Amino acid sequence: MIANAMAREIVMGANGKVEAVSYVDKFTQSEQRVYAKAVVVAASACESARLLLNSGSPSLPNGLANSSGVVGRYLTDSVGSDLAGYFPQLENMPVHNHDGVGGMHMYMPWWRFGKKNEFLRGYHIEFGGGRDMPGIGGFDYVCEENEGYGASLKQKCRSSYGTFIGFSGRGEMIPNENSFCELDPEVKDKWGIPVLRFHWQWGENETKMAEDMQQTFRSIIEAAGGTVIAGTRRHPQKSSAGASNALEQLPSGRISKGGEIIHELGTVRMGSDPKTSALNKNCQAHDVKNLFVADAAPFVSNPDKNPTLTIMALSWKTSEYLLDQAKKGEL
Amino acid sequence: MAADTLSRRTILRSLSIGVVAGSVLRIIPLEAAEYAHSMIESEKTEAKSGTYTPKFFDAQQYKTLQSLCETILPADADSGGAIEAGAPEFIDLLTSENEEYQAKLAGGLKWLDSTCTTRYTKAYLDCTPQQQKEILDLIAYRKNAKQDESLSHAVEFFSFLRKFTADGFFTSKVGIKYLGYKGNTYLTEFPGCPPVPVV
Repeated sequence: MIANAMAREIVMGANGKVEAVSYVDKFTQSEQRVYAKAVVVAASACESARLLLNSGSPSLPNGLANSSGVVGRYLTDSVGSDLAGYFPQLENMPVHNHDGVGGMHMYMPWWRFGKKNEFLRGYHIEFGGGRDMPGIGGFDYVCEENEGYGASLKQKCRSSYGTFIGFSGRGEMIPNENSFCELDPEVKDKWGIPVLRFHWQWGENETKMAEDMQQTFRSIIEAAGGTVIAGTRRHPQKSSAGASNALEQLPSGRISKGGEIIHELGTVRMGSDPKTSALNKNCQAHDVKNLFVADAAPFVSNPDKNPTLTIMALSWKTSEYLLDQAKKGEL
Repeated sequence: MAADTLSRRTILRSLSIGVVAGSVLRIIPLEAAEYAHSMIESEKTEAKSGTYTPKFFDAQQYKTLQSLCETILPADADSGGAIEAGAPEFIDLLTSENEEYQAKLAGGLKWLDSTCTTRYTKAYLDCTPQQQKEILDLIAYRKNAKQDESLSHAVEFFSFLRKFTADGFFTSKVGIKYLGYKGNTYLTEFPGCPPVPVV
């Protein structure tokens, strides 16, 4: 284990296999190199692509393991859209000893599978709300709605506390060619390593899905006797990506920004055809047999869920394959 | 990021930056609000005078800030007001680490005093309660800025201060008690389910 090492590039040997990783020791700022029989890249999807793209040479102008040209391409994230409602009937609820309701309490899986929908794939709904811990920004909405000042404002803050429910939709994106990362020709990080620049475009399917989320949330809120609140961005979510107790109110109809749901993946995709994919089904590079990728970069697509468990399953499979190949002397 | 590597400044900055989507700091503010209150508490305990020394506002500005905060969320039969809750200290401490807040609040306070001087020949604090109410009623509602665009900065200032005061008040011990927030406290005995409210 070498801590505080920033990988600069993967070094090819003379035999068509990778033989080392060169890195910067972040404490001493010195250039180091570690040799290996096989290299497994697991730097998270975008950084794995970056490392491969930065490992080019005159004979590998597209970067390492990239004869297909797909490294960095088909960058994918989950589709996100949120809406919140105010529910007056929740005012003056008896006080319980709890901390609000979040993703751990309630979750709604996709319920229209197999139905004729306006868009392909699906999404789930995460809910949040209730009497959660008062935090910064938690009263922005009431302050903006009520305006004024004084005793009536104070009372309104109290009576409406815990009466908001937020809905977060998280859906499946169909990967497309226009969402990708590539090396920035100019910008480098503090160690002089070129960074990525990103290009993002939601497809029509995603914008339709986000619009459907908005309509669905609105209809749930209104059917339950609530009012959709349009408004300012509220305080941060407790969890990184899903819904939480805190409401995060976005402008109506808005779709998340690419990368905002932090489920980025697909940048070093697998496939059976070396012309259209960088890795085989074992996440082994088509071009270099002792090079593997073991994070979300190999994903060709992802459902509406978090990618972590799939990363674990694929890396387990890759590990067993790597061990098997090593034993057979195939690497 | 381990909690013990966070400096005082980092925490205050994370609070005052507000929320940047995707920022690693975005999980901190709820706890950091408590941290800011505890910093203020310990300063008061340690100080000979038992009071907090403003870090950003000068003495006159700070008095005006206190008055405005208390007017926004006053003491009533159920609880103390913004001053007892430590909202002005909270605002000053966070503002001392954020240039945008500094510009907004100092600019707003300056507008308030100069406008009061023009209208009533006195600074805000020296005005009568009726005059103070007049000027606040002017900047406490967005519709006034729609009618008179020259008020838009002042309305924005008051809107910001109103939210900031609520942040400071409702994250304080006084404010949390006022709300009746219990959190995940344990029950010493189970009293049965509360009645289902009539909706």
